[in-house]
Amino acid sequence: MTSILTYTLKNLPSTSKWALRFSLRPLSCSSQLRAAPAAQTKSKKTLAKPNIRNIVVVEGVRIPFLQSGTSGLLHRTNVPKDVVDYIIFGTVIQEVKTSNVAREAALGAGFSDKTPAHTVTMACISANQAMTTGVGLIASGQCDVVVAGGVELMSDVPIRHSRKMRKMLLDLNKAKTLGQRLSLISKFRLNFLSPELPAVAEFSTSETMGHSADRLAAAFAVSRLDQDEYALRSHSLAKKAQDEGLLSDVVPFKVPGKDTVTKDNGIRPSSLEQMAKLKPAFIKPYGTVTAANSSFLTDGASAMLIMAEEKALAMGYKPKAYLRDFVYVSQDPKDQLLLGPTYATPKVLERAGLTMTDIDAFEFHEAFSGQILANFKAMDSDWFAQNYMGRKTKVGSPPLEKFNNWGGSLSLGHPFGATGCRLVMAAANRLRKEGGQYGLVAACAAGGQGHAMIVEAYPK
Amino acid sequence: MVASRAIGSLRRFTASRTLRCPGYTCRNFSASSALLTRTHINYGVKGDVAVVRINSPNSKVNTLSRELQSEFIEVMNEIWANDQIRSAVLISSKPGCFIAGADINMLASCKSAEEVMQLSQEGQRMFEKLEKSTKPIVAAISGSCLGGGLELAISCQYRIATKDRKTVLGSPEVLLGILPGAGGTQRLPKMVGVPAAFDMMLTGRNIRADRAKKMGLVDQLVEPLGPGLKPSEERTIEYLEEVAVTFAKELSDKKISLKRDKGLVEKLTSYAMSIPFVRQQIYKKVEEKVRKQTKGLYPAPLKIIDAVKTGIEQGNDAGYVSESQKFGELAMTKESKALMGLYHGQVLCKKNKFGTPQKDVKHLAILGAGLMGAGIAQVSVDKGIKTILKDATLAGLDRGQQQVFKGLNDKVKKKALTSFERDSIFSNLTGQLDYQGFEKADMVIEAVFEDLNVKHRVLKEVEAVVPDHCVFASNTSALPIRQIASVSKRPEKVVGMHYFSPVDKMQLLEIITTEKTSKDTTASVVAVGLKQGKVIVVVKDGPGFYTTRCLAPMMSEVLRILQEGVDPKKLDSLTTSFGFPVGAATLVDEVGVDVAKHVAEDLGKAFGERFEGGSVELLKQMVSRGFLGRKSGKGFYIYQEGVKNKSLNSEMDGILASLKVPPKSDVCSDEDLQYRLVTRFVNEAIMCLQEGILATPAEGDIGAVFGLGFPPCLGGPFRYVDLYGAQKIVDRLRKYEAAYGKPFTPCQLLIDHANSPNKKFYQ
Repeated sequence: MTSILTYTLKNLPSTSKWALRFSLRPLSCSSQLRAAPAAQTKSKKTLAKPNIRNIVVVEGVRIPFLQSGTSGLLHRTNVPKDVVDYIIFGTVIQEVKTSNVAREAALGAGFSDKTPAHTVTMACISANQAMTTGVGLIASGQCDVVVAGGVELMSDVPIRHSRKMRKMLLDLNKAKTLGQRLSLISKFRLNFLSPELPAVAEFSTSETMGHSADRLAAAFAVSRLDQDEYALRSHSLAKKAQDEGLLSDVVPFKVPGKDTVTKDNGIRPSSLEQMAKLKPAFIKPYGTVTAANSSFLTDGASAMLIMAEEKALAMGYKPKAYLRDFVYVSQDPKDQLLLGPTYATPKVLERAGLTMTDIDAFEFHEAFSGQILANFKAMDSDWFAQNYMGRKTKVGSPPLEKFNNWGGSLSLGHPFGATGCRLVMAAANRLRKEGGQYGLVAACAAGGQGHAMIVEAYPK
Repeated sequence: MVASRAIGSLRRFTASRTLRCPGYTCRNFSASSALLTRTHINYGVKGDVAVVRINSPNSKVNTLSRELQSEFIEVMNEIWANDQIRSAVLISSKPGCFIAGADINMLASCKSAEEVMQLSQEGQRMFEKLEKSTKPIVAAISGSCLGGGLELAISCQYRIATKDRKTVLGSPEVLLGILPGAGGTQRLPKMVGVPAAFDMMLTGRNIRADRAKKMGLVDQLVEPLGPGLKPSEERTIEYLEEVAVTFAKELSDKKISLKRDKGLVEKLTSYAMSIPFVRQQIYKKVEEKVRKQTKGLYPAPLKIIDAVKTGIEQGNDAGYVSESQKFGELAMTKESKALMGLYHGQVLCKKNKFGTPQKDVKHLAILGAGLMGAGIAQVSVDKGIKTILKDATLAGLDRGQQQVFKGLNDKVKKKALTSFERDSIFSNLTGQLDYQGFEKADMVIEAVFEDLNVKHRVLKEVEAVVPDHCVFASNTSALPIRQIASVSKRPEKVVGMHYFSPVDKMQLLEIITTEKTSKDTTASVVAVGLKQGKVIVVVKDGPGFYTTRCLAPMMSEVLRILQEGVDPKKLDSLTTSFGFPVGAATLVDEVGVDVAKHVAEDLGKAFGERFEGGSVELLKQMVSRGFLGRKSGKGFYIYQEGVKNKSLNSEMDGILASLKVPPKSDVCSDEDLQYRLVTRFVNEAIMCLQEGILATPAEGDIGAVFGLGFPPCLGGPFRYVDLYGAQKIVDRLRKYEAAYGKPFTPCQLLIDHANSPNKKFYQ
């Protein structure tokens, strides 16, 4: 993971000397912004707010998302970087030895040991949380440059001893005499050895996410065929984007002891016939969620450099996008576990003063085909808006031609902690490529939470 | 409090029957011609699957009434005759209720055993046709599937159930004193095995869907859905139907087999059951157990065993005959009439006849974290009411909060709750020592020490801090409410709520209103009580209200009988063999000797001669020696942690000897002893109705059975008089009156009933 950190910085246009020369120039961001609309073909207003600093993404990268089996992401490099004020990383399943993984990675990557780092966790939107925490730090004027990212190592999750075994081992540590130790050992039973796997299940309801997704799909009457078709679309678009070289946020990664990985290895466009053959993975034997229409968990890491706009310009960087309004929402973790985007979208649009038609690029986290399609239906339902969201009317579902055009978690994979950065970078890159102005990023997360953020293209 | 054991099962049964099942309008069907002509059942066709929807009009539940049955047969005949249809799904349109059972009124209207037997045979024939259907029939079960509903479901080829808390399967007939009379005694043992079938039919217990799946009672489960584009229960039923239709198709296409894989244990059991000797042993064991538990007072369980036995040993035909005969016989018994009466009474006492209160109680405060206070808190927080539990001391508060936690945790151990749900329920409780937050309270229930001065003090303290609309309810077993209300600034807001201990197990709540209590106040406490899951009787204020007042004369007689030299063990066995769930001496120990003394003295003063009998001196001496009953470890018996068979407290011998009175030989046979207790109870209950303390006989019966453990097989004091004749009871009373005087003088209303045999409490 440290490699990703260093890579972010290596990749930056090293124009700092040049930048320094201009750093004393009185830099008015507002003048920059006023100029922006003119540059936009669609001539939409920009979302800059008075008295709040503009925050920009300078660069974002990720390593290819790998299906488990290729392990070990830690890679030492020695590039000292001291421009970074703060480092924030998101992760979900924590390794006990590196509970503050952000700090360990930062040190390992050769950042200044004077740069503090902390780790955040918010299930699938951990990286989003890392980014928005960084946004907060910059907006409040506490920092100018923050590295935010996420990392997940699904192929090496910590597996715990059972509670009984842990208790015995701890007691053994405390035991003073041989007698005490022997009496403790005599209580050992074979079932103490059965390990506890970290489950992808809700703590509050003990329901696995796939199970919940299947129920959600059924609640919104999303058919198996619809789900398979959507999954196929995701894979095909990802394949196309990969072939066309659009996934420019991917950097090659050398897996120690194995070959260098240069692209996401989970993209496999298949046929509907083949997908129809799969048996339901969660609700058996009549459910609709299968392995083919669910996102798969992978190793992965992503990172991005976010800065105050004036700082970026002063240092001579060409920012990629503004990070604008964002919201976090939460709802019933049992029946609405995966409806986060439905709740978050209208809220963030309202906050930004935009409507669905203003958005040029949608990047939603695809946990399951059924989940995405259920969210579409919920967003398109006045009944749902009135009865569950306390809104007068529906927000409307996003037009498919603007939606996840370069693939999504279904095809690229979903490393819990790292997906958030990928979404934002995909939105930013799509806006640059397609010439749009606003991107909407949304994701759901375990615990019935959700997130949405508006990304605005940086004027060219 | 102790009656809980006997009636616990009755509770489970009725709870599920009183579920709210708001019917919802059906969707249009693709093809259905005769759809509009029927009122209970209609069907549509999806592809080659007929979907039969059951929806009794104007009712929250579906019951197997005559009309429903005849429409059902009609519909099934059409389906069987239609070549386009290859399979069928049976489903209810009412979320929360598949079929709650046979129509009890249909049984009650039958005049003879033959008539009932005929009903049973019609049911048997109908279900046999289902069982032999060549077109597979899938029962899609959501909500209660009980009694006749279960018999219908197990006649189908396949069962799919919604896995939620409302979906329960069971054979509660035994609780109404009858048996499953439409093939249930024959089919159930084949489906789940003899031991499990006996368990279901003899206890009447409800079985949740996931358990039913493990037992082989249902074949598939469907998870309940959350909200989608329509309300979640509506969508869940639709989804259940969709799934059931898929399975029906696959069954008719023979893509899935009906054979179920049996586990090792199941295989072994069914092997063992094939040995006649083992079967005989099982029948014997079960019969023994039943005899011991029912003490021969309830005929239904033995007949159930008999019907099952006949079916297994002599074949189906003999089994069906035996089942329908016994069904007819049982329906005519007094016991079944008494139990059905209780069922009706319970349904009545689960309604709020005072209307909807103006303000919903969202914030509740309870004063006193003792056994009662904490118990009330427990049944409130688990229904989602934000509750403050206030006590005077930290130690008392700790104990109370621990009691609530333990109560919830026990449910987690029984898997009725998850530990997460426990924690989130427990977070509704706030423990504190001061009156902070009382300004938001909608209702305050005090459960402080039973002393008028203490009650007056807290009432004044509470009135100083609560908002104007707040109701003040006093939990007391004997202090008159109007005396408590005398110091109140707003007596219209003061009311009595008499809970029974242990609060989380005992179903009864006695609500006491004074002439000043407003109707809205009453409506509000009834609403809270119903929310807490209670069966409610509302009575007028008076010494001892209703329940305590009925119990007191009986207890007075208990003391006299003990003083006459009958030992507590003998007395206990006499009372339990009459049908009381707990012996009379044990009851005193359970209630608490000090409480009993308190009540005896208070009511003795209030009612004078009529409440005489044994000497209160006996209780006084016990209290002074510290024999307070179970709570102090000693009473008539000695109570030790972990010791099951309690032994007599030998230190009582001296006290009893010193207070001994000579028995009167003509009124101290075992039977006389029993009737001396029961007739005083019954006489006092009827007097309560006569004086207007009670509003209806039904409430009197429910209060006596659910609060005091009056034998359920007798149906309560009023039903008992109706079924066994007022004259007989008056005769008894007169006989004892000759020996003991005033305490046994029958009241006027009872004499009226004896004089005109047509007069009944229940018409």
